[in-house]
Amino acid sequence: MTQLALGTPGLRNRPALRRRRAKSALLVGLLIAAVVVAVGVLAWVLIYVAIQGAGALNLGFLTNTPPGNPSAPGGGFYNGIVGSLIIVGIAAAIAIPLGIGAAIYLVEYGRGRLSSTIRFFNDVLIGIPTIVTGAFIYAIWVTRFGFSGFAGSLALAIVMLPLVTRTTEEMLRLVPNELREGSLALGATRSQTVMRVCIPTALPGIITGAMLAIARAMGETAPLLLTTLGNDLFIEYNPAKRMSTLSLQIFDNAVTGFQEAQARAWAGALTLIAIVLIFTFAARFFGRRVRTSNA
Amino acid sequence: MPPPAHVGGGIAASGARVPPILLKRGRPRIADRIFGASVSMMGGIVLVVIAGMVVFLVLEGLSAMQHYGFFSFITSSRWTPSTASPDVSHPNPYGILQFIYGTMLTSIIGMIIAVPLAVGAALVITEVAPQRIKGPLSALVDLLAAVPSVVYGFWGVFALIPAIKPVVNFLTTTLGPVPVIGVAFQGPFFGYSYFTAGLVLAIMVLPIIAAVCREVFRSTPRNEKEAALALGATRWETIRIAVLPRARSGIVGASLLGLGRALGETIAVTMVIGNAVLHINPSIFAQGATMSSVIANEFTEATEPFHLSALFVVGFWLLIVALVVNILARLIARRGVAL
Repeated sequence: MTQLALGTPGLRNRPALRRRRAKSALLVGLLIAAVVVAVGVLAWVLIYVAIQGAGALNLGFLTNTPPGNPSAPGGGFYNGIVGSLIIVGIAAAIAIPLGIGAAIYLVEYGRGRLSSTIRFFNDVLIGIPTIVTGAFIYAIWVTRFGFSGFAGSLALAIVMLPLVTRTTEEMLRLVPNELREGSLALGATRSQTVMRVCIPTALPGIITGAMLAIARAMGETAPLLLTTLGNDLFIEYNPAKRMSTLSLQIFDNAVTGFQEAQARAWAGALTLIAIVLIFTFAARFFGRRVRTSNA
Repeated sequence: MPPPAHVGGGIAASGARVPPILLKRGRPRIADRIFGASVSMMGGIVLVVIAGMVVFLVLEGLSAMQHYGFFSFITSSRWTPSTASPDVSHPNPYGILQFIYGTMLTSIIGMIIAVPLAVGAALVITEVAPQRIKGPLSALVDLLAAVPSVVYGFWGVFALIPAIKPVVNFLTTTLGPVPVIGVAFQGPFFGYSYFTAGLVLAIMVLPIIAAVCREVFRSTPRNEKEAALALGATRWETIRIAVLPRARSGIVGASLLGLGRALGETIAVTMVIGNAVLHINPSIFAQGATMSSVIANEFTEATEPFHLSALFVVGFWLLIVALVVNILARLIARRGVAL
């Protein structure tokens, strides 16, 4: 093979060298083509949504509810935006403290098999289909209390929990042990050390992880189909009732055959992407060391 | 009580007075204990949730499973809820083989497209690109993961389908008539298809695979790359000799991770696959359904006898498949890199 004939005659053998260089250029070119495709698709999606959405996106869209007749023009997704914020807000209020607590357990307290099992299944939970999460919440909650915004929050909390746990864990592991030892040596208890030294040190990364989890939850649709069901008719601020979310409204309006409904869905898609990107960029602003994809 | 040897023994020996509070050991503070116990419980939630998912999906699916038999679901590919009746238990109108087929086919199409692209993109980001643009480039690829599923589905219907239509029509007319393999490429193509769903899945899992691969490639020892370069290796040869051999298990783990995500992806697939639930369609350009799409599509309208319960059976099998793939992915990838 050419790859190992590097030393001896290779350098003087100009045609062989030229062949190897050509091969390298070709294959590296293919690699670069892969990046171009990936970034190109991203640009295609974002620009397409921006162009389609810009036409229908205006102040009225952000402050009105959809018209009762889906084929009527105008109206907006105000109830969905409110619903998304309330549902994701409750989910974040549940998942972020629990996720941080679980990460504290994994890094500061957990020993042996149990903690490595928990870490492992935390990673596995990240990969569980969110529609299954929705079905689970339907089984334990909706069958007893009916469809509600809060049921959706529970489902999204399960989606967010392992993400928050993982990033917080990674951040806590970066806290130097000397800080813990110093704190303990000064007489602080373990809980004081964690809460006053480790968490504040890791805070930027923890906030980043939490915001990425929020961005992810904002875009979720499938689990909400089975838990909050949607409510297109009026504004609902009470999470004990059926609520609409931005993602559900995009889905519902996109699959109708009416152009007017699709125009609203495009504007909703643009709004949703804008919200998600704001959270993603804000997360990046807080800490650059965290991986930003929820792999 | 004499001070224990390990607490301030040196101080006591030097004759200085030790404040008694420092010697009061052994009584762990209540707050500390409560804190430790509560974070341990929070850690355990993950296990409770996963176990709860399995238990409750089985419980909800139990009535259908008892009525039709556990294995009759995965041996039939006929999904006709309208023919279900509480008195008849054979044949099972809720066969789910075509959904398993749809899930596998769309995921495989997605992986065939996404894995090479993701590995290539990750190699460029770690090895090829100039230092200055590495950061922005990986941020852009990561952004692909930030776009919500419902937006990909919507875009897929209105932008992707018209764009691929001429290509697919060409394929169906050229490959369709070929004997044997032709059945996999038969037209007519209406836009909604397994193939379209696979394409959308490819875009959605690409950033996940690329992110893991990036970490894997980054762990290549610098001196091995430099050794290859010093021997006169070209850029590609350096990648082949120094980077790829170590990364093999990491790439496999990353791909399985992407596969796990592709198997469960719901909304985008539901929007572009056409939701044809009746039987297995051999052509990749035909309309179909996946396990997740049928749940999303029929869940709130499941009124036939055992319909909802049968959808939970679908969910149960989806959960099992996802658990197996994800556990395998983590086990394989863990050897290569800390995920």
